[in-house]
Amino acid sequence: MVSKVKKSEYKVIGTRPIRHDGYDKVTGRAQYGADIKLPGMIYGAVLRSPHAHAKIKNIDTSKAENMNGVFAVMTAKDLPRLTDKQRGNSEESGSEKHLSENVMALDKVLYKGHVVAAVSANDVNTAREAIKKIIVDYEVLKPVINVDQAMDKDAPILHEDFIGDHLGKKVKNTNIATYNRYKIGNVDDAFKKCDLVVEKEVELQTVHQGYIEPHSGTAIWDEDDRVKVWTSTQGSFTNRDSVSKVLSLDVSRVKVTPMEIGGGFGGKIPVYLEPIAAVLSKKSRRPVQLVMSRTDVFDASGPAPGGKVIVKIGVDKNGKMLAGYADIRLEAGGYPEAFIEAAAKCVFSCYNIPSMDIEAYDVLVNKPSSAPYRAPGSPQVAFATETVVDEICKKLDMDLIDFRLLNVAEKGTRTALGPKYRKIGLKEVLEAAKKSDHWNSKLEKKSGNGKVRGRGIASGYWFNIGEKSAVNLSLNMDGTVILTEGSTDIGGSRASIAMQAAEVLGINAESVRPSVVDTDSIGHTDVTGGSRTTYATGYAAYKAAHMLIDEITSKAAKIWDISEDDIKYKDGIISSRTDSELNMTLREFADQNPFGPVVSSASVDLEEAAGGFGTHIVDLEIDPETGKTDVIRYTVLQDVGKAIHPSYVEGQLQGGATQGIGWALNEEYFMSDDGKMLNSSYLDYRMPIALDLPMIETVLIEVPSEDHPFGVRGVGETPICPPVPAISNAVNDAIGTRILSTPIKASKILNTLKSM
Amino acid sequence: MIKVFLPYKTRKLFDLPVEIDAEGNNLRNLIEFLDIKYPGLKQELVDDEKLKPTISAVIDGRTTRLGLIQKLDKVSEIHFLPSIAGG
Repeated sequence: MVSKVKKSEYKVIGTRPIRHDGYDKVTGRAQYGADIKLPGMIYGAVLRSPHAHAKIKNIDTSKAENMNGVFAVMTAKDLPRLTDKQRGNSEESGSEKHLSENVMALDKVLYKGHVVAAVSANDVNTAREAIKKIIVDYEVLKPVINVDQAMDKDAPILHEDFIGDHLGKKVKNTNIATYNRYKIGNVDDAFKKCDLVVEKEVELQTVHQGYIEPHSGTAIWDEDDRVKVWTSTQGSFTNRDSVSKVLSLDVSRVKVTPMEIGGGFGGKIPVYLEPIAAVLSKKSRRPVQLVMSRTDVFDASGPAPGGKVIVKIGVDKNGKMLAGYADIRLEAGGYPEAFIEAAAKCVFSCYNIPSMDIEAYDVLVNKPSSAPYRAPGSPQVAFATETVVDEICKKLDMDLIDFRLLNVAEKGTRTALGPKYRKIGLKEVLEAAKKSDHWNSKLEKKSGNGKVRGRGIASGYWFNIGEKSAVNLSLNMDGTVILTEGSTDIGGSRASIAMQAAEVLGINAESVRPSVVDTDSIGHTDVTGGSRTTYATGYAAYKAAHMLIDEITSKAAKIWDISEDDIKYKDGIISSRTDSELNMTLREFADQNPFGPVVSSASVDLEEAAGGFGTHIVDLEIDPETGKTDVIRYTVLQDVGKAIHPSYVEGQLQGGATQGIGWALNEEYFMSDDGKMLNSSYLDYRMPIALDLPMIETVLIEVPSEDHPFGVRGVGETPICPPVPAISNAVNDAIGTRILSTPIKASKILNTLKSM
Repeated sequence: MIKVFLPYKTRKLFDLPVEIDAEGNNLRNLIEFLDIKYPGLKQELVDDEKLKPTISAVIDGRTTRLGLIQKLDKVSEIHFLPSIAGG
């Protein structure tokens, strides 16, 4: 059901009200994961492997168990043994066995920081002392820490019992968890017809989402065998599903209360500490809380995959793309899932290429198991594709935007995976980029202080998922509306969802009071991720608001003893179509209504929102003396479908670009040869701060989605896709050579300049 | 007839062309039709009478959320694809 509302009729959508949770957050009253304190609560600590790859021969917990103040000690033997059964098909994939073993290693550790045991005690310090008394006998093995090492024929194997899927063939003793291929058209023939073929290989280091709030888990396993969990999560229902699987409990025995969340970007979809807190609680008969340190977060929570990507594109003499080939090798970490299917879907997504061949490898390495990070897989492949596009334009002496417009993907373009695009807005984005002030401003190549400047441009794509959401509405006696939802609010989604209900109800955004509730209090709602929340939960709010109007209409008809067909509801006023004396405000109705509470409940299960495209333009300045790069101007242009709350949309675009700039210039898991991250603190893992960046300019292009009543598309992930290639292309523009491995840090630039 | 596109690896395993013509008034019946034509194909797509969690069916550009009960009136093409995890 999609009914169109004319743009001119919007009263709430497109405005910028103050977010409903703003006061709690700026005053510090908001309760985050570790803020929950329960009566009788004790504290846990985990023992983590110091080795990246080792067999666990024996664990002696006896000294820890006998320590004063210790309540319980657990190892993986306290968890049920799970099978290779595959889990769902959205954010949480992979086998149940691997889910459990990532929470706590059974017989092998696969990355430094992998949990091997846990303790609960009176206080954190006692728990930390106790884990030092646990003796683990390891047989240390050689680690593999990148795709080249892992795919070597003589590589140490991470999972001796794992069977890889290589184009449907079952393969033992391999670190390639999955090898897949996608083919459209006759690629070999198409490349033969090309007048120019350009191929580039790029390399990306592992990076972390860098959310401010570390992971935590608080749980009580009560006497009725029900587990209650309080945690910082992007999806309380996904969290419940994972916890129940690890503990082999029915989902009805687990209740997850999502706390406020201090950032996630995909990294707070997996579970780490919650099942451990639950088992320790069962053994201790007390509520137990565990919190990660920053080093724990870097060492042992899921980063974005590093890896290597080769892209080859062939064009005719006019610049028309005829063929594309990609080889994608991404690091899954210790357990499968490097998002290679998403990467394959995104690699040629911006272009209309008749023949495409994509090979993709999900590669196991001795690093923490990868987690989603804003458009997982897409930034990695955009780096390769947009570098090739830049190079083709230079070789053909074509304008960078005109070339993209010549080959732009549009409605009806067949994608690399096969299906055709529905209505999308990349053409409109590129046309806006061509007209933008940034693109039309002249960049002086030399700054006058010895620094050199360059400009780069790149496009990117994310497909924006749909999936399940539920919303409940309840009319208060003062005419305001309580909205309850299951989507945890990371980027202002309370406001964007409340605004959609308010638009339908014809009341202001502040008159809808949104609350994020626990898993016992709302219908199943999938994660806040995949750029789905404003789209899917917003759609549920839209439906629920219409149902609430039906309720109001029905009850108002009874109050006036007239037919429901005679009732008109508009802008929060209830009136009779035939009797001008019969009218009342929503507040008057709510106060007078004698027919019981006015409530509604709606749910949706949606498909993808037809994808979002963005194009970024960057100007940067490089100091040849030091190699330091400063971004001096940055513009994000993106098709946002319909911006419900433009400030939060702009914030998403600026945030995504900022993270992408960090990925391009500074961030990396700096690993020792034995698989240990050497920069696991914010002092050494250098993310951009406000002082590093100019104000990021945003241009919102609204090409409404055909699948949402207000045209919402999802906006949060696309903006992290173009920054790496945009900056790499700008560096090439500045110094005349390409650096095709991230991060493009000062030392690499300096070494490159010295070698020229 | 409906044009069906199977994953590359399934095509290789069963030595199938890129496009296959098939029929069925819902996804379950269409897969049964394919299984008669290409014995064993069903087990590549279906597990425990559900679409496998690792498989998505994209029907005229839209990923079905209904699985095997999805009706196929006036459908022109169906792509079976590996499910995509994301974030």
